[in-house]
Amino acid sequence: MRRLMLTLLFVLAPGLASAELEIFACEPEWAALAEEIGGDLVDAYSATTALQDPHYIQARPSLIAKVRNADLVICSGAQLEIGWLPALLQKANNRKVLPGNDGYMEASSFVVRLDATANLDRAKGDIHPQGNPHIQTDPHNIAAVARALSERLAKIDHVNSEHYAKNLKQFITKWEQALSGWEDLAEPLRGKRAITHHKSWVYLLRWLGIEEVEHLEAIPGLPPTATHLAKLTTEFSSGGADVIIRSPYQHAKPSEWLSERAGIPAIILPLTVGGTEGATDLFSLFDDILERLIEVMGDA
Amino acid sequence: MRVVGLMNAGLMLALFLSVPALAQDNEIEDIRAAIDELRADYEARISELERRLAVAEQNSTQAVYAAQQAQSMPSQPADSGSSAFNPAIGVVFQGFLTGYDGEPQEGEGFAVGETELIMSANVDDKFAAYLTAALAFEDGESELEVEEAWVETTALPAGFSARFGRMFSGIGYLNAKHSHTWDFADQALPYQAFLDGRYVDNGVQLRWLAPTDLYLEIGGEIMQGEDDPSGLGASSVFTNVGGDVGVSNSWLAGASYLDLDATTSLSMAHFVWKWAPQGNWKERNFVFQTEYLERRGTSTESGWYAQAVFQPIQRWRFGARADQLDLDGDDPRRYTVMMDWSNSEFSRLRLQFARSESAFDDGNQWGLQYIHSIGAHGAHTF
Repeated sequence: MRRLMLTLLFVLAPGLASAELEIFACEPEWAALAEEIGGDLVDAYSATTALQDPHYIQARPSLIAKVRNADLVICSGAQLEIGWLPALLQKANNRKVLPGNDGYMEASSFVVRLDATANLDRAKGDIHPQGNPHIQTDPHNIAAVARALSERLAKIDHVNSEHYAKNLKQFITKWEQALSGWEDLAEPLRGKRAITHHKSWVYLLRWLGIEEVEHLEAIPGLPPTATHLAKLTTEFSSGGADVIIRSPYQHAKPSEWLSERAGIPAIILPLTVGGTEGATDLFSLFDDILERLIEVMGDA
Repeated sequence: MRVVGLMNAGLMLALFLSVPALAQDNEIEDIRAAIDELRADYEARISELERRLAVAEQNSTQAVYAAQQAQSMPSQPADSGSSAFNPAIGVVFQGFLTGYDGEPQEGEGFAVGETELIMSANVDDKFAAYLTAALAFEDGESELEVEEAWVETTALPAGFSARFGRMFSGIGYLNAKHSHTWDFADQALPYQAFLDGRYVDNGVQLRWLAPTDLYLEIGGEIMQGEDDPSGLGASSVFTNVGGDVGVSNSWLAGASYLDLDATTSLSMAHFVWKWAPQGNWKERNFVFQTEYLERRGTSTESGWYAQAVFQPIQRWRFGARADQLDLDGDDPRRYTVMMDWSNSEFSRLRLQFARSESAFDDGNQWGLQYIHSIGAHGAHTF
């Protein structure tokens, strides 16, 4: 009997309460941000990687177990995870992290969102009524979420609130310095025009002053069609766009096809931390994005 | 800048004019010091002005952002009292066209399957409720059947959750899955034979999720059962375990035991394996699942099925399934292949072909199916 209890203890021990705050982030950028603000006091886990389309994730057992043990769930929100997060929350039996409670946080609710709409019709494809959820591509948004996250961590872990405030201050100082560097670097990109695979880049393009002229997907969420690509080829063969952008998890063929026929360079940009070799944390994410954009469009 | 320069020059001129031509060196030093002080003062004020200008520019960017938000924010409809707090409502439409080889049989031709009406919402801070009603048209009559109507706790501590009402039992893997989520147009043979499709009953369910990194769920039910005067004739216990292998693979395994009545019980085991390259489910994925059922009553009977579904590119899926039953005096077996095309997550068209073999009859069946949904569509479980 004692041996059974000991074995059980060894099996269960790794999962039992630890001193760190357990943070479940739906996407890698929020796990990275949680580590910046929380430091050694938090253990951040990302449910998805940069190579996965966050709209289509399996609500699998390993994620349910992670939500079960989480003190804070932080996701982009605005219905980006509507296909899988509710199933996790329903099966995890963890009341702390249910919407409405302090343990649940939607990053996009702390920033100004673009493209919110009251016109909800699935004939128009994958519509996000509360606005475009891919907010992490504008560094100003990251700063806003960082402030909100620091407040929320202080709320659920009062004892360490000074620690979070200190980390926030350090992060914001570094971040604002990096931000002005990026903005200086990105001057030659203003006024350029981009074709994107999916509307995942609206915040980045607005920040850099790049115009989003077209999308490879005729209807958001549905794969690019041959007819639509042919139409784009005719429209842009003699100019009108400077680059075609896609995320690492998106199908390469449509970008490459259009690039060949219309003579426009096609590039991959990391949509979040881990999207490319160079994007290892939040700072290098934007370093890498700007490097790739300038390489292709930097000559004024 | 020019004003300051002018002022500087003017001051210097004034100073020079007011000093006697024969001023001594230390007086010139005093004048220089005074000028430097003035210059420092003006420069401080200029940099202060420049700082305030930068802040104002940043604020105006924020103002632009905020203005865009105000412009793009959808106007919220005013709370109209009785239609506020509406539940999530969805409807799933299904229909079939089936044919058999040989003589015309019952069930051939067009049929509209169950049209499911699904509603759910939080009741308050401690409960959520869920309803599935199926509208069917059978034998010339319309039927409304309550498939599921249950209330679930959302705020129990320590990883517990309780559910009460009418529900699909938590045994097995396919038992709790709605027909519109199936990978084939019909139910696996063992479920048809031993559970009449699936086990659904009125009762109470309690589930516990272990606080471990490995997913471990243990649950039990007490249900009404059939022909039992006490109204608590059936009970079940089930467990599920699951995890990931790397980034691309996930698995789920489980075992269940259902006590149907004093004489009949059902034991089940299931295993599911899902793969997607890098875990990117959208483009390409593969699912393998299998279940074994054994019914012990007046005699012992068993059955199993195994199926695999592969999605090579977005929208297209191909599946194959084998079913077998081990009954008294017969070993029916069936082989099914299917192909489906989904325009979006909300619409699906399926073509299916099956070959059945048994001691009594061999036959081929083909079918076309559509599954279309509107309204709120709940997140699918694993």
